[in-house]
Amino acid sequence: MTVPYKIPNEPVVQCSHCGEACEEPTLIGTEQSFCCQGCKLVYELLQENGLRNYYNIEQTPGLSLKALKAEQYAYLDDPEVKRQFVDYTDGKVGRVRFLLPQIHCASCIWLLEHLYQLDRGIQQSRVNFLKKEVHLSYSESDTSLSKIAGLLHKIGYPPAINLADLNSETPPTLSKSLYYKLGVTGFVFGNIMFMSFPEYLGLHRGEDAFYFHLFGYLNLLFGLPLVFYSGWDYLRSAYLGLRQGNLNIDLPISIGILSLFGRSAFEILSQTGAGYMDSLGGLIFFLLVGKWFQQKTYHSISFERDYQSYFPIAANRLEDNEEQATSLNKLQAGDQIIVRNQELIPADGILQSEKAYIDYSFVTGESAPVKVEKGALLYAGGRQTGAAIQIQLTKKVIQSYLVQLWNEHSFEQKTSKLAASQLANAVGKYFTIAILLISAATLLYWLPIDTAKAINAFSAVLIIACPCAVALSIPFTYGNVLRVLGRSQSYLKNTEVIEQVQRVTHIVFDKTGTLTERQEQLVFEGQLSTEEKDAVYSLACQSTHPRSQQICEYLKGAVKLEVTDFEEIPGEGIGGTIGGQRIYIGKGAAGTEILVDGLEKGYFGSKPQLRKGMKNTLHWLRQQFDISLLSGDHNRRPAFFSALFGGVEQLHFNHSPKEKLQYIEKLQQEGAVVMMVGDGLNDAGALQQANVGLVVTEEQNNFSPACDGVLSTASFQQFPNLINYIRQSRWVIYISYAFALCYNIIGLSYAVQGLLSPVIAAILMPLSSLSIVLLGISGSWWLARRLKLNTNQVVMNEIQ
Amino acid sequence: MKIILLLIAISMLVALGFLVAFFWAVRSGQYEDEYTPSVRILFDDKNEKS
Repeated sequence: MTVPYKIPNEPVVQCSHCGEACEEPTLIGTEQSFCCQGCKLVYELLQENGLRNYYNIEQTPGLSLKALKAEQYAYLDDPEVKRQFVDYTDGKVGRVRFLLPQIHCASCIWLLEHLYQLDRGIQQSRVNFLKKEVHLSYSESDTSLSKIAGLLHKIGYPPAINLADLNSETPPTLSKSLYYKLGVTGFVFGNIMFMSFPEYLGLHRGEDAFYFHLFGYLNLLFGLPLVFYSGWDYLRSAYLGLRQGNLNIDLPISIGILSLFGRSAFEILSQTGAGYMDSLGGLIFFLLVGKWFQQKTYHSISFERDYQSYFPIAANRLEDNEEQATSLNKLQAGDQIIVRNQELIPADGILQSEKAYIDYSFVTGESAPVKVEKGALLYAGGRQTGAAIQIQLTKKVIQSYLVQLWNEHSFEQKTSKLAASQLANAVGKYFTIAILLISAATLLYWLPIDTAKAINAFSAVLIIACPCAVALSIPFTYGNVLRVLGRSQSYLKNTEVIEQVQRVTHIVFDKTGTLTERQEQLVFEGQLSTEEKDAVYSLACQSTHPRSQQICEYLKGAVKLEVTDFEEIPGEGIGGTIGGQRIYIGKGAAGTEILVDGLEKGYFGSKPQLRKGMKNTLHWLRQQFDISLLSGDHNRRPAFFSALFGGVEQLHFNHSPKEKLQYIEKLQQEGAVVMMVGDGLNDAGALQQANVGLVVTEEQNNFSPACDGVLSTASFQQFPNLINYIRQSRWVIYISYAFALCYNIIGLSYAVQGLLSPVIAAILMPLSSLSIVLLGISGSWWLARRLKLNTNQVVMNEIQ
Repeated sequence: MKIILLLIAISMLVALGFLVAFFWAVRSGQYEDEYTPSVRILFDDKNEKS
């Protein structure tokens, strides 16, 4: 490499639509240039329809249409499919949602909300940017679902339609009831404070008796929705817990709520006091705010996917030698279907074509495509690479091997894993017992002296000991930990996952796509001269075969020359004449051979490439946890991996998805708390079985199997940091508990003497709640900074 | 002092009004998408035909 191939600073022409470099000379103009025909078409379409504003809001907002495949949406007009797909229709106007993963900027929103200018049948369209969805209402007589989907596809927003869209009954909506409860509680709490204020300022029971009692009765009235609407969940949960013999955290809260309300009602009705309604309102309001804070939702990430989210909605069925897009639910055993390059096989079947190369990495994790001969059985979930193949189905989709695997026991909802915070419940249990003992002791001490005072002190103990601090500490601290983690691009499902991670003793890694890059790195063995490099580059770029594309990428920077006599032998290789030399790139014994004029010059092989920082990560983890490797792949480099994992016995290759699951089960039976880190469908069983299942993904919008958390590859690099952060965050909770204990001791010292007044309660209870909230939030931020957790990786995802 | 009764009634009405407004906001889905409206408001609505 002596001569520089490219003249430096050569101005690159940017595509007016997508901003990619333009290489095709015929598409480069003086005002607009395009990288491909597709971009040009969209640009012109938008110009013609008065939508040029699209290009003013953001610079080159489009996405390259080079890689866009043709897609048929005719199946959407099938009455059965349509009925399941639309949200609503009355025969005239229909409403429908499309998931458009390509939505990425303000221009996208603008264009998609002006769709009516491209299709008059569309009445209105609204974008939900965070969910990457567009909600459309359209006139049934003027347009159809397939036309709309086709239009979206044409302008560069191919809708992602999968089987789960059809089979899910209701669209997932955020729980509105919590918002309603928060609203009502805020309203009631505010008004109670309003009514209680005169008493704080010295409204006298004797002189202003009328107002005093009026305010009391109004407070009582406001207290009713507090207990029977806002606080009802706590009472119910405590009751259910008691019936099952559990003392959960909601029990002492319920005792607090009931004694606050009971004592207040008694005081107000007997006209002996002002009651504690203000404290009750504050307590429930804080609890609900905590609940809301804890519910961090990542709109574009779903943690509950099954195989249906991976499968397309339709397949190409042959009917009288004509291809007909047919809904997957309608496919029957015996049907002939066509599967094209990179398409998923939807159901088990027998190969009718001569041969196929099936990539089962989805199912097994084995990365190399398997060659299959005519007459062999193909399993659902495989991906054809190469020419289109014909398959005769032997089973329906629902009965296929992969789907069966999914329906087995371990894929059922893990109820034990979804239990409420275990730490809080454990604390709540001892708390309840302690409080009951103290209140009983107080009652017994005062009874012989003064009955009225005994009841007074007894209820005061129950009121002041209400563990709002314990109940608030976890929602606010871990809720904030979730946010901090989200900023470093690790997204956990909920706060319970944090507690599970803290208990983990054994971490199991998948290999391909998790420890290693999904794309294997290309390596060249042999010698090529500069001219030969140019020639191989020029030839490889002619073909769309994945390996040719890889070679083209590998040799980037070489000079593109004219290729004559190009020939492509499917499944074998490509050849062509460049500068008088006959070059052949094709399958050889060791890898992809390069022949120049019939002479072998070397071959391209591939080797898995470890992700950045993995060596240090594994080294660190080995000192803290048991770790092991679980892969569906063959062990191609035993020495390398056993050095990483500290022994051959930690390595488990050739595991089918089911064996992976069983391995996790075995570890758990031996008493380990297992975290599984995987990436694909082949890990789905193991991810579900493990106490914590984390998925590593290059792009968050990619589909990932059901799991407890999604890590971006960037955040995976600081995996030890993340684990450390999660583990240490429990100290913030412990410190909060210590604080809460101090408050309780102060409060109880008043209460047992029968000296608790509503004003003291109204000061002490919110004060303890507020300080716990502040401590939890600031503590978790401080910890993140101390551990140098990188939380600045986010630009676009801030808004998630 | 009796005027306080009237004041309480009025303040209660106003507060109820806000509560109803909040309910309406939740019902109409304003809390389901907290981002897109912030972008949408910046678009010019004038239609430029070429």
